[in-house]
Order: sequence, then structure tokens, then C-alpha cells
Amino acid sequence: MAVHDHDLPDATGHFGPYGGVFVAETLIAALDELREAYAAAQRDPQFLAEFDHDLQHYVGRPSPLYHARRWSERLGGAQIYLKREDLNHTGAHKINNCIGQALLARRMHKPRVIAETGAGQHGVATATVAARFGMECVVYMGAEDIHRQAANVYRMKLLGATVVPVESGSRTLKDALNEAMRDWVTRVADTFYIIGTVAGPHPYPMMVRDFQSVIGRECIRQMQEQCGRQPDAVIACVGGGSNAMGIFHPYLAAAGVRLIGVEAAGEGIASGRHAASLTAGQPGVLHGNRTYLLQDENGQIIETHSISAGLDYPGVGPEHAWLKDSGRAEYVGVTDGEALQAFHDLCRIEGIIPALESSHALAYASRLAPSLAPDAILLVNLSGRGDKDMHTVADKSGIRF
Amino acid sequence: MGRIEQAFARLQGEGRKALIPFITAGDPDPGLTVPLLRTLVRAGADVIELGVPFSDPMADGPTIQRASERALAKGVSLRQVLSLVATFRGEDRRTPIVLMGYANPIEAMGVEAFAAAAAAAGVDGVLVVDYPPEESADFAAALQRHAIDPIFLLAPTSSDARIAQVGALASGYIYYVSLKGVTGSATLDVAAVAARIPEIRARTGVPVGVGFGIRDAATAAAVARIADAVVVGSRLIEEIERSAAATACDNVLTLLSGIRHAIDAAAPATGEP
Repeated sequence: MAVHDHDLPDATGHFGPYGGVFVAETLIAALDELREAYAAAQRDPQFLAEFDHDLQHYVGRPSPLYHARRWSERLGGAQIYLKREDLNHTGAHKINNCIGQALLARRMHKPRVIAETGAGQHGVATATVAARFGMECVVYMGAEDIHRQAANVYRMKLLGATVVPVESGSRTLKDALNEAMRDWVTRVADTFYIIGTVAGPHPYPMMVRDFQSVIGRECIRQMQEQCGRQPDAVIACVGGGSNAMGIFHPYLAAAGVRLIGVEAAGEGIASGRHAASLTAGQPGVLHGNRTYLLQDENGQIIETHSISAGLDYPGVGPEHAWLKDSGRAEYVGVTDGEALQAFHDLCRIEGIIPALESSHALAYASRLAPSLAPDAILLVNLSGRGDKDMHTVADKSGIRF
Repeated sequence: MGRIEQAFARLQGEGRKALIPFITAGDPDPGLTVPLLRTLVRAGADVIELGVPFSDPMADGPTIQRASERALAKGVSLRQVLSLVATFRGEDRRTPIVLMGYANPIEAMGVEAFAAAAAAAGVDGVLVVDYPPEESADFAAALQRHAIDPIFLLAPTSSDARIAQVGALASGYIYYVSLKGVTGSATLDVAAVAARIPEIRARTGVPVGVGFGIRDAATAAAVARIADAVVVGSRLIEEIERSAAATACDNVLTLLSGIRHAIDAAAPATGEP
């Protein structure tokens, strides 16, 4: 192969056959402008210094690396280390990327930012940075998700954002993304579109990955400090895949480290009610890039299901599609039930309430750990905290507030 | 010479401008699509753009998205759209049909299989909204092997270099998106559009149609003075949407005939090729 996995994308935004710029002509000029602005920012020490400064003083980085000793002992195998992205300001990894893109928006003199959101975490993170930078903020959110994530909707409003319910299509994340794209194409002169995951047209998959890669870079340093070596495997949940790309990317060149992405298997792959694009999808084109998609035999995108709104997306970032095909990363599925079990276990055994998204990664770690020796190390990206999921979990347990 | 080129050559000889209506195949019911196509021809359509329904029509406004959703609710697939075209083609050998849609249904069928099936059905041009020129060299080549014109979009924001890039791949005509926004958006700045058209014609060597934001006869007439073709979409879909199935064809006939008359009555273009 001509290039290493970690050198991608190529100049035109492709990861092997995936990625690219599959948008209407009306968006091309905006993407050209963004690509040039980002390329210049990446070479500007002042931009990089501002980004680092905000990650440290506003987000609270570096986030801790925590040895889940009691849980590891219970499972009776590998040692599990948690990268505590749940301790970031706003409670998830999403803020890392939002800081980066908001700084870029400011450089580009765009006074208005828009975003799509599923679980509401990216919407909250965008509303947060918009408030801090004094930008107007509009968040598109599927009407179904607004119902599922009422607390995050209120948070966004407190932060001064306008939350627009999206009633089209399946009324979830993918429809919110369509609507945000439409807003952008209409107001491209004054608006910056902060995409929340490693999907969309080039340069978004690369740019979001770069901003999130701080997660993996910190892990490499922290693992060395705490364990004197790197983990045997890195495990992260994958919806669009931004927290996974963030922790995987710095490890791509470390051939001895297994990279495992965990998709939402919902009620089981065989049930058809899931959101596992890499496990059960086919390559296609959606939302500006070529990647694995959940679609019917006629190429229509199908509705997905996951207990976790943040994983409920029919596509996946194109770099994950490439890592799957190249074999550098493995992708597995975890059901709603398994994720819930891991959620409860982490609450009771470690005193940490994880997001339901992250609980998928935890569940796979709990499946893998007992098969490994006690000196094996699993690094799990605990991408967010679970406060937002209280109602969903209570509902599943038959509890009413 | 393909049907699209013939249509534009004929119009140029007559000193007239093309009227290109757009409807979504299968909206509100597949049984109404061929009767609607016939109606468009009776109302004076020179080329017809037929929308292929897609679950995520990112570049379209709410009107065309609703049309897509109505068609998908009736189970309309790309294969069925092609069979509707074949039925129409059986009775009309003259009116070019351009399919307009998104990449994924075509990729699911396979690009080569699609091009062959579209040619067999009597499709004359294909516009894939999310295939910009940099991603569609192979696709354009597959279409041209089957004598189908690849139709491309250009926008007010397209640079000269891009216009040339599109010109290298395009045949049939260019679809100039007259404003920033999605289909069905409100207003169109005729003067701004007029300023770009001669340049696009010169760099691409194919006729230029203008669409997005043409909602009435007066705007259509104004566009006819400056462009080679006038594309009317969302306004027609709205008419279909608010009509009962029994009256949809009559209402579309009335609306589109009015636009046809306005285009023909418009003063001759000052910027003729």
C-alpha cells in the first residue's frame, strides 16, 4: 500500500475509497474556504496555542486516566483503564472539537454557528462555545430526540442557543444533519457549520479527528507514566465515530495495539433494529462522504435503533470504514441490554455514571477482559457522563420520577 | 444527436427558450406519474426533469422532501422510476427525460448497471445532486458510453476554474442554481443571474438552464430573457400536493401553460449564444 493508514486522507479527502466531497455545487465554495482556513490554522502557532490553552483552562484537560481496579478484579482478567472524557466541561469529549471549530469560525469572521445534535451532547458543547465566544448559535435536533433528551434541550436554551426541532424523515440525528446542511447552504457567508463527528464532506472527517486526537495523545503519555507501556487494546464506542477516532488515531502507528470500535447492536443485529453500520451496512454515499451505511436494497437510508441517541446514526465516519477494510481496527456490536448492564456495573462498582454511548465500549471491555491475563491492559474511552441518560435508564427499570 | 441536443437545437431555430418542469416520480402515487408526464408535455415542456425519491434529500427544500417522502411511502424505487420512464417513452419518443436525484440509490444499483438500465428505459440525461465533478469522472464516462448526458449544477459561488471543470464533463445542458439555498427558496435576483450566464455558456459550450426560486410566470419570463432554459420544480410540486388525485393533472396543466405563455411572450434574449 502506497500510504500508511495514519497518513490519510489524501489531498482530495479520501481514505482509500471512502470520504471525499459528495455535496451539491452550492456547498463547494464554502468547503474550499473551510479547507484553506483550516490548513492555514494548522500551521499557525498562535492558533494551536489558543486551542491548547482553552483545552487546559476551559475544558479542564488533560482528562485523567483512571485504573478501574475493582471492576477489573470483579471481571477477573485484564486491567481496565478509563480515559475520563466524562470529566470534561459539558461532560463529554464533544467539547474538544467544538473549541477547535469555534476558534476557526472566529478566524474566518463568521459570527453565527450552527450544529446538528442527536443525544444533545454536541448541541450543548456547541451552545457552550458559542456563548463563550459571543456567537449566535442555532442547533438542529430531531423532534424524536428532543423528546428523548429534554434536559439537554433546556441546557442549550440556557446557554442562549436556538433549538430547532426537525420534523422531516425519521426525526433523528440524520435528519438534523440534513437540516443543518440546508441552513448552511442558505447562509454560507456568515455561518460556520460545526459538525460534531468525523463524518461529512472533506475536510470535516480529518479536522474533527485532529481536534479529538488530543485524547489519544494524552493516553500515550499517561499510559507510559502509569503502566510503563501502552495498552494491549483500545476500545471506544462508534456512532459517527469521533471519540473513537480521537483515541485511535495517535495509536494507528503502534502496530501492537489492537483498536476495537464498538457499535450499537440495539436489539441484536439479527433483529434489524440496530445502528451497526460497519458490522451490517454496505458502502454508499450520504451526508457528503462515501462510507458504510445502513440502507435497504434500493439505496434508501433506513431508520436505526439504539438505546443511546448518540449512536443512533445510519452512517459512520469514512476513516473508520477505511480502518475496517484495511484491518487496522476491528468493529464489534454490543446490544442495548449489554450496554445497560455495563452502565449499572460501573455505577455500582466504580462510582462512575457513564453515558449510554460509552457504556457500549465498557460492555465490550467486560466481555473481553475475562479472556485475558491479569497483566493485560485494556484502555476504554469513557467518552461521556450519564447524567443525560437518567430518564432513559429509569424508564427501562420501570421507575418514574 | 441526443434528444436533449435536438430539443435545444429546435428551440434555437424557433427563437424560443426551453421550459423544463420538475416533478418527483411516484408523487403522490406511481399511478399518476405517467399521466403527469403527459400533462407536462401538453403544457409545453421541452425537457422533463424527473426526481428520483431519496430518503435524505439534503439539497432540497421541504416541498421536494415531502414529495420524496410521499413517493417512498408508496415504495417507489429507482427500478420503478426507470419502468415509469420506459412506459412514457413507449408513447413519447421526442421529449427528453432527465433523472435528478442523489448518489446512493444509483450506487446501490451499481453505476454501470444503472447507466445501462437508464439507457434501455429511454432516459436522456442524469443529474446527481451530490456528485460534483471531482467525484464523478467515472460516472460521467459510464453515462456517456450509454449516450446519456451527464447534467451538472453550477452555482453563483462557482469559480471560473470550476466552471471550466464542469464544462469538460457536461453535455446536454448546465443547470445553474440561481440562488444560495435549497430548492423552493424564496427570491431570485435576475440581474445577478444575468451577469453569470454568458460566461458559463462561453466556458462550457452547452445551453444554460436556470432553476431554484422560479415560482411564477413573471419570474419565468425574466429568466427566459437571459437563459436558454427555465426550470420550475417546487411550485409544481406544491400544486400537485394541494390537488386531489383527480384534478392534479388539470391544475398542473393550467399552471404550467401560463408559465409557457409567459416564456414565449418574453422579449428575445439579449445574450443569445
